[in-house]
Amino acid sequence: MLKVLRMEETTEDPGPNTDQARHEALITAVADNRDKSAFESLFVRFGPRIKGMMLGSGAGEDLAEDLMQEVMLTVWRKAALYAPERGSVSTWIFTIARNARIDRLRRQPVQPFVDVETVSIASDAPSAESEMIAGQHGEIVRAALQKLPQEQRDVIDLAFNQFMPQSEIAKKLNLPIGTVKSRTRLAYKKLKENLEDLR
Amino acid sequence: MSIHHHLDAASLMRYAAGDLDPAFAVVVASHIAMCDECRQAVRLAEAVGGACLSDMPEAALSDGSFTRLSRMIDAAPDTATKRRPVEATPANDPDGDVPLPLSSLIGGSLDDVPWRLVVPGVYRHKIELADTSSSLFMLKIGSGRKMPEHGHGGTEMTLILRGSYSDSMGRFGPGDVADLDEHVEHQPVVDSDDPCICLVATEEPTRFKGIVSRLMQPLVGI
Ligand SMILES: [Zn+2]
Repeated sequence: MLKVLRMEETTEDPGPNTDQARHEALITAVADNRDKSAFESLFVRFGPRIKGMMLGSGAGEDLAEDLMQEVMLTVWRKAALYAPERGSVSTWIFTIARNARIDRLRRQPVQPFVDVETVSIASDAPSAESEMIAGQHGEIVRAALQKLPQEQRDVIDLAFNQFMPQSEIAKKLNLPIGTVKSRTRLAYKKLKENLEDLR
Repeated sequence: MSIHHHLDAASLMRYAAGDLDPAFAVVVASHIAMCDECRQAVRLAEAVGGACLSDMPEAALSDGSFTRLSRMIDAAPDTATKRRPVEATPANDPDGDVPLPLSSLIGGSLDDVPWRLVVPGVYRHKIELADTSSSLFMLKIGSGRKMPEHGHGGTEMTLILRGSYSDSMGRFGPGDVADLDEHVEHQPVVDSDDPCICLVATEEPTRFKGIVSRLMQPLVGI
């Protein structure tokens, strides 16, 4: 089964929901069977993109590579903690990358984020419905992001693709910080409405 | 717990993107630990990060990148995290009023906080954090008293842990968060019989402060 899954990896732009289904199968294989080739598929998919984010956020070549390796090592070690009802695999890996970066580049404790994760594990009961919603989340959020007005999209891209602080976004776009805030707020609101419409 | 005042969407997005200063991150994380609604909301904000990661252009990896990682995995003992059973944590302990992200910093009980009297009826406990330009502290304010003025000119965020206060924006009880922009003027008054205990993050009041408030500052100690 995994062989088939990996062959699909090369096809261009699969239909909605299949990315998440494939990634989830790979994570499960890593968690349950310590499957190295499933892990390699995840590495091929996410490694270059994680590194791209780190480079975009100002890390040099060596540090970006190193952080990417650290993130993927965490994916290998913590695969069993991935919970589909809390979001897509790409979202889970994004949060690992975010935390690794806070830990290393900003030299800040990531404990609050880890604690929230612990609370989530303890208090969220998985249900078939929430799992289905989270599975669709990835594609729907991607589609919804495309539909945002460009000025909101720009703010989101800088904040998430490049981990750019709000104050620097304001400087780069030559906007008051209040405008950056309100665009962020509007973008969130619009995404939420889109998700509710599509559900 | 019925929560009426939630986090601003901009704060949720900044938390999700890892852009909050540590002091604010602790307040946001503490509210999220107490609030089902905002826990769902932050997941959507994090899904934005997931979608951005999916659409990221690929950067070139260094030669033999996977082989190196693979060797690292083989060389170390397998420290895989096992699926954990659901355990009671301070945050879902129904009697506890210290959310987990805060209990990591002050311990599990509000009764053991080393309060310092600043003015009659107002106690304060500063929480030291590394690498922050903001301050994080707890306040305990007696019934009927006004909250001290603090941090005007900068953003502030207040999470109520025990008791309640009211101001022009309404009543704030346990779990409620006042996530305020810099322009908001407010004068909260404690309206619970017992003292109101809250967790506050403020941008360090520096250049924004006028001379009068600078003179007042030592008095309140904030
Ligand atoms: Zn909330």
